[in-house]
Amino acid sequence: MKITSEQELAEAIRGANGPFRVRGGGTRDIGKPVVGEALELGMSGIELYEPAALTLVVRAGTPLAEIEAVLAGEGQRLAFEPMDHRVMLGTKGEPTIGGVVAANVSGPRRIQAGAARDFAIGARFVDGSGRIIKNGGRVMKNVTGYDLVKLMAGSWGTLGVLTEVSLKVLAMPETEATLVARGKDARHGIAALAAALGSPWDITGAAHLDPGVAGPESETRVRIEGLAASVDYRIGALQREICAGWEVLRGDESAALWRQVRDVAPFADAPVVWRLSVKPSATPAISQALGQAGLGHAALYDWGGGLMWIAPDPEHDDGGAEAIRAQIAAHGGHATLVKAPADLRARIDVFQPQTGAVAALSRGLKQKFDPRGILNPGLMG
Amino acid sequence: MQMPEPRADILTGRARIVERLRAALPPGAVIDDAIELKVYECDGLAAYRCPPMCAVLPGSTAEVSAVMRICNEEGVPVVPRGSGTSLSGGALPTADSVLLGVARLNGVLEVDYDNRFIRVEAGRTNLSVTGAVEQDGFFYAPDPSSQLACAIAGNIAMNSGGAHCLKYGVTTNNLLGVTMVMADGEVVEIGGAHLDAGGLDLLGLVCGSEGQLGVVTEATLRILAKPEGARPVLVGFDSSEVAGQCVSDIIKAGIVPVAIEFMDRLTIRAAEAHVAAGYPDCEALLIIEVEGSAGEIDDQLGRIIAIAKAHDPVEIRESGSAAESERIWKGRKTAFGAMGQINDYMCLDGTIPVSELPFVLRRIGELGAEYGLDVGNVFHAGDGNMHPLILYDANKPGDLEKAEALGADILRLCVEVGGCLTGEHGVGVEKREIMTAQYGADDLEIQMQVKDVFDPQWILNPAKVFPLEVSAGRRS
Ligand SMILES: Cc1cc2nc3c(=O)[nH]c(=O)nc-3n(C[C@H](O)[C@H](O)[C@H](O)COP(=O)(O)OP(=O)(O)OC[C@H]3O[C@@H](n4cnc5c(N)ncnc54)[C@H](O)[C@@H]3O)c2cc1C
Repeated sequence: MKITSEQELAEAIRGANGPFRVRGGGTRDIGKPVVGEALELGMSGIELYEPAALTLVVRAGTPLAEIEAVLAGEGQRLAFEPMDHRVMLGTKGEPTIGGVVAANVSGPRRIQAGAARDFAIGARFVDGSGRIIKNGGRVMKNVTGYDLVKLMAGSWGTLGVLTEVSLKVLAMPETEATLVARGKDARHGIAALAAALGSPWDITGAAHLDPGVAGPESETRVRIEGLAASVDYRIGALQREICAGWEVLRGDESAALWRQVRDVAPFADAPVVWRLSVKPSATPAISQALGQAGLGHAALYDWGGGLMWIAPDPEHDDGGAEAIRAQIAAHGGHATLVKAPADLRARIDVFQPQTGAVAALSRGLKQKFDPRGILNPGLMG
Repeated sequence: MQMPEPRADILTGRARIVERLRAALPPGAVIDDAIELKVYECDGLAAYRCPPMCAVLPGSTAEVSAVMRICNEEGVPVVPRGSGTSLSGGALPTADSVLLGVARLNGVLEVDYDNRFIRVEAGRTNLSVTGAVEQDGFFYAPDPSSQLACAIAGNIAMNSGGAHCLKYGVTTNNLLGVTMVMADGEVVEIGGAHLDAGGLDLLGLVCGSEGQLGVVTEATLRILAKPEGARPVLVGFDSSEVAGQCVSDIIKAGIVPVAIEFMDRLTIRAAEAHVAAGYPDCEALLIIEVEGSAGEIDDQLGRIIAIAKAHDPVEIRESGSAAESERIWKGRKTAFGAMGQINDYMCLDGTIPVSELPFVLRRIGELGAEYGLDVGNVFHAGDGNMHPLILYDANKPGDLEKAEALGADILRLCVEVGGCLTGEHGVGVEKREIMTAQYGADDLEIQMQVKDVFDPQWILNPAKVFPLEVSAGRRS
């Protein structure tokens, strides 16, 4: 069903028993496969853009590319650097802003600027009862009532269907540069990233790629952005204190490195890919333990190590779920099976299974927002 | 402002309830003496006062849990309290409530520089979180002006901001996890040392929920490396319109100062009289601060000053030393106190789109004149979070009510131009009744349904945030 207005959406949901598969651009086919009629969101267009107020209000179906082009025209951007899932998942279509927010998609700059949820300052959505709800607004500071915008961000269309989002935007920096070291093992790579992130030099990207991921040797990368003179100064300071001997790449060459990390491009051919959000310093040990448990794999570490992408060797029946979730149990955080054939996603928990009070609260919220359980049922488990 | 009638059945059970709490807590943790309870009868919104039935000061998460279990069984309202600096009456008790203070929970549990977080007990004051890590070159970014006194618990409940949140964000952007005691006493862990939620973002929901979803007892907070230095410039203008335009131009130029603060003539004069900061006597002044190394600061301030000069300023004063920086900030930091020297005041907290600044400042002036009350403006201009200060005389009958009415008009104005009722102080009791100006019936209903999930009996801070009439059915 192609939906072209909020009102139409509310009526469709009110008048039907579902189940519905909520679709933006269809580029992020993640989660348990959902059986249901597709709700295709056609509401598109920028409703308000005030560069001097750093705010953008846009209909949820607006293509991300359109937004990025309009922002670039004013020298601004979405600072949370959303990943383009098409590269790794091999999906087709045009990513929409609604999908970005619903999936809380953030890229390497998340460690410095924040996640999609941090830039989402307002939303309108239709819940599972067909109620049209607004929350937040178009101002950067707002504690008027509960923050349902954060709740909607990362709820993958299971609580409501976004129709409009308000975002904070930021200026593009004058320039960027990346410091690269090769040949460090994961432990030394992550330790160097921690040292850089613990420095005053405002790192906006911190990644480590295992050997074989982006080249025969491992790569450890640190990004700096800002005014040209300031970038030069900070490169010098980092080389002096932490990154002695690291190569410096600038401008487009630097940008290409981070597009690769953002989109997890090296795993485009991997059939199974996991995403682990964990305490950064725990990740080298996790990788080692997985190897010892017999799970051959390659790893790409973003967010200073806190975001770990794992492509396990394909022969495992459960895609490596048991071994990976055992590590989460030991170290905290969570693991999501982002890429896998539909039958594997149907068989195992795609999102981290929850227990106790957290599980009860999540169930309780789903029950209030979507009492009939018709929006993306089962997608998050 | 009205509060619900205390429930007679609870008041008659007072002795039993106090006894049960005493039995569950160590000696000295339950206060029911009328004189000692006076400390807890109000928060920073001191115009409204009411002592609670009793106050409890638990010393651990387990003790908080014991208190909640008892109160849940008895159906007694619980008002959580950090340091009581709320400006919206968020920690105001009712006569039939148990006030639950977390001030004794003030320890540091874990400091982890490799992963850049600190885990603290929630009663710890904001400034002492930074205090625990600054010797190693780190800080906790959200810096409300009340940071010497206010607790992390209150910061989380109100999603507090500060002067430097233009660059670093507010509490919700710097909070990684909480330990929280639910209304029924169950203890829940949300988030942790990792950066994002594994399922629904419950942490984002808890932050800013004004003590209505659970009692936060521990928090994991992001800490950042301290910048090498920081320096402000002060720019005076003879019109607030032009000052507002200057703010827009700085932001459009892609410069991200850590702070852009605005003061109008009334607050400038009050600050001068109070601390003689040497401010120019003009219509509006901006304090703009940037961070970095000495060279980076020079570069950024150079660009900012060039933009400011294009707006015909009456004065530009770039700080050249720590002492000069302190002097520039002094008037701003003491502005509220300075206004308090003139008269009693009510501090509003609406946010507006920055593009509406000139119009809103003019309308506030006109509204003040209509009511015959002076209104000073001192606020975070970079993000449009206004703090109109309405001067009134608490001893003059009718003046408080007049100030309340003017305040409500100003907040409605903020909503009309696309803003909101509160940017960082929270709704509390103060803005409760005008929530309908910003939200429709369904918008409020779904928020109350969220509370139903966390607190089915509505015992946690029940008379706050939602208009009394709208929440009546759930509270009875
Ligand atoms: C002079 C002055 C300046 C201020 N400046 C700023 C500023 O710059 N920025 C800003 O944002 N605010 C400011 N404030 C407002 C106030 O300081 C903040 O709202 C602060 O976060 C309140 O913290 P508190 O510990 O005093 O909380 P309290 O006043 O004790 O309580 C505030 C709210 O938190 C709830 N609460 C308390 N403890 C818990 C808990 N453990 N679990 C769940 N809920 C709890 C209470 O029920 C209440 O609703 C200022 C206040 C004053 C007096």
